[in-house]
Amino acid sequence: MPDDLINSFMTGPDEKGRFGDFGGRFVSETLMPLILELEKQYEHAKTDETFWAEMHDLWTHYVGRPSPLYFAERLTEHLGGAKIYLKRDELNHTGAHKINNVLGQIILARRMGKTRIIAETGAGQHGVATATVCAKFGLKCVVYMGAHDVERQAPNVFRMRLLGAEVIPVTSGRGTLKDAMNDALRDWVTNVRDTFYCIGTVAGPHPYPAMVRDFQAIIGQEAKEQMMAAEGRLPDTIIAAIGGGSNAMGLFFPFLDDKEVNIIGVEAGGKGVNAKMEHCASLTGGRPGVLHGNRTYLLQDDDGQILEGYSISAGLDYPGIGPEHSWLHEIGRAKYVSITDVEALEAFQLCCQQEGIIPALEPSHAMAHVMKIAPELPKDHIICMNMCGRGDKDIFTVARALDFDMSGPEGRSVE
Amino acid sequence: MTRIDAKFAQLRSENRKAFVSYVMAGDPSYEVSRDIVLGLPGAGVDVIELGLPFTDPMADGGTIQLAGQRALAQGMTLEKTLNIARELRATGDETPIVLMGYYNPIYSRGVDRFLTEAKEAGIDGLIVVDLPPEEDDELCIPAQAAGLNFIRLATPTTDDERLPAVLTNTSGFVYYVSITGITGAAAPEPSDVAPEVARIKAATDLPVIVGFGIRTPDMAKGIAEIADGAVVGSAIVSEIADGKSVDEVLAFVKSLADGAHSA
Repeated sequence: MPDDLINSFMTGPDEKGRFGDFGGRFVSETLMPLILELEKQYEHAKTDETFWAEMHDLWTHYVGRPSPLYFAERLTEHLGGAKIYLKRDELNHTGAHKINNVLGQIILARRMGKTRIIAETGAGQHGVATATVCAKFGLKCVVYMGAHDVERQAPNVFRMRLLGAEVIPVTSGRGTLKDAMNDALRDWVTNVRDTFYCIGTVAGPHPYPAMVRDFQAIIGQEAKEQMMAAEGRLPDTIIAAIGGGSNAMGLFFPFLDDKEVNIIGVEAGGKGVNAKMEHCASLTGGRPGVLHGNRTYLLQDDDGQILEGYSISAGLDYPGIGPEHSWLHEIGRAKYVSITDVEALEAFQLCCQQEGIIPALEPSHAMAHVMKIAPELPKDHIICMNMCGRGDKDIFTVARALDFDMSGPEGRSVE
Repeated sequence: MTRIDAKFAQLRSENRKAFVSYVMAGDPSYEVSRDIVLGLPGAGVDVIELGLPFTDPMADGGTIQLAGQRALAQGMTLEKTLNIARELRATGDETPIVLMGYYNPIYSRGVDRFLTEAKEAGIDGLIVVDLPPEEDDELCIPAQAAGLNFIRLATPTTDDERLPAVLTNTSGFVYYVSITGITGAAAPEPSDVAPEVARIKAATDLPVIVGFGIRTPDMAKGIAEIADGAVVGSAIVSEIADGKSVDEVLAFVKSLADGAHSA
C-alpha cells in the first residue's frame, strides 16, 4: 500500500463499518439483512455516474447548490482578528443542510424499489427535508418526532403535514429525538419489505454514517473550491456545530488529509458541561457505548443507561454523536469544544446585527466559538464556518429566552 | 454442558415441549420481580428469561419498554438483576436462566467482568438483541469461552443464505422470532411459522423455540406443537403492569405452561 493511502484519514470505515473502535452494526437480526442490502446498493450507487448525475442535477435545480461562500466582512471587523467566511448552507431549499443527504437516500430508496419512507426528526429540519423530497417524488412519508418536540416545533410539524407527511408524535421513553429514533427503528423492523429508513445524521448502523457523510461532503468539496477561488489557498481553521454531526462531517471530510487545516467541532454545552448532564456534549462529557446501531461516545450513567441531553437547540439535543467524530476525537485529527446556551444566544444576536443573517441555533454554537477565537488570531488567519441552517424556526425559542413578548402589537423587550 | 443443554436433553427424553417465560428484572420492584422469578419453576417454566432493563429497547414494544422504565425508576441495575439470579440459585433451584437485554449495560460493565459475575450469579445463557453475528467478537465468543450459552434470534428476514451465519456460534437453543416486528405486537399464525421452524431445524440440531406475540395458553399450545417450545413475554409483563399479585401472575404463567406442555 502506498504511503499516501496509509496516511489518509479518508479511507474509513473498514469492512465492518468501523472507524477505529467506533461504528459497527449493532442491530437486531431482523434488520441485519436490510442493512447489508442497503450497503450493497449504496456501494453500487457510489461508483455509478448516473446516480451522481441525478444528485447533482437536483442539488443544482431543486436545492440551489452550490451554496455561496460568503466573506463576513463586518463580523470580521467587529471581532478584529481572523478573516471569517461563512459557508451558506442555510440558503438551501428547506433552510438547512439536511436536504443534501435526504436527496441521496431517497434516490437510493427509489432505485431499491421502496415505496414508503420513514424518518426521525428532532427540531423538524430533517423531517421537513424528508417530507419535501417525498412530496417531490410522490412517496409515502412517515416522520417520527418526540411528543415534546412536536409541541415546541409546531411550525415544522405543520410544514411536514402540508407536504403530505404523516407526523407521529412519540410518547415512548421521554418523547425526544432518541425515542423518535427508537420508534423509527421499530417501524422498520415491522415493515421490512416496502420501507426505507432515511436517517438524518452520520449515526446509526453501518453504512449510514459513511453514506450520510458522503452525501453531505458536497459542503466541504464546494467550500474547498470556493476558498481556492476567493483566497488562492485553504482556510486555516474550519468550524461546525455538532449534534449527531452531519453538517460538520460534510464540511470536515474533504479537509481531513489537509493536515495544515485545523478542524473544530462545537458541541452543545447547554447549561454547562456539569455532573447534572444538562448538556449534549457527548465527546466532552460522555464515554463510549453502544446505541442505535453504533459504538460511539454517549451520555450515560454508570450502569450504561442512556441519559437525556439538554440544549436550547432542539437539533443538537441528542445523547450520542456520529462514530467518525468519536474516532477523529480520539486520534486528535479534530478538536471538539462546547458552547453554552447563553453563548449561543449571544452569537445568534451578533450574527443578526453584524451580517443581516438570522442563523439557526445550531450554527449559532459554531458562531459563538468563532467569536471566542477570532479576536486572538492574526488578520491573515482564515476561518471557514458552516452556517448550516437558518433561524426562522428558532425565533420563538429565542424570543422566550430573551424574554421578548411576541403576543402584543409592538412586542416588548425587557431592556 | 450448561443447565440449558441439560434441560433440553431432559425435555427431549420425556418427549415434552419447553415453556419459556420472560419477566423484567425489577418490575414493578426488586422484591416482587424476585418473588415472581422464585415462583416460575413451580409454575411449570422450563427456562427463565430474565430481562435486563435498558432505557432504549429498540426491538421491544411498549409493554416491555414500560416495564424497563418502571424497573429503572425503582433503581434497578445490572448488579441487582444478577442478584435475582443469585437468590433463585440460593434456593437450590436448577432452572436455567437466560439474561435477555441490550449490549450497552454489559459493555459499560466491561465484558470480562460481566461474564465472571454472570457465571457466578448462576446465569446460563445470554440473549443480546443488538449483537448480530457480524459483532460476534464483542460478546458471543467470549461468553461461550466463559461457559455461557449465546442464544441467537433467527427471524423471517434470515434467509437461507444468511442462516448458517446466524447458527454459527449459537448454542443452547435458537430463538425464532415469529413475526417481523417488535415484542408484544402481531400474533403469529402457526401455519406460517411451521415451515420456517422446519427450515431452521434442517440446518441445526439445536432446539428451536418460538416467541413474539404469543398471549394465551391456546396460542402457546399451537406454537409448541410446531416447534420445540414457546416463549411468552409481553403477555406476562402486561399482567404485572396491571398490578396483579404474585400469585395471580404465577397462575397465569401456569396456564400458559400447561398450554405449551399439552402440545
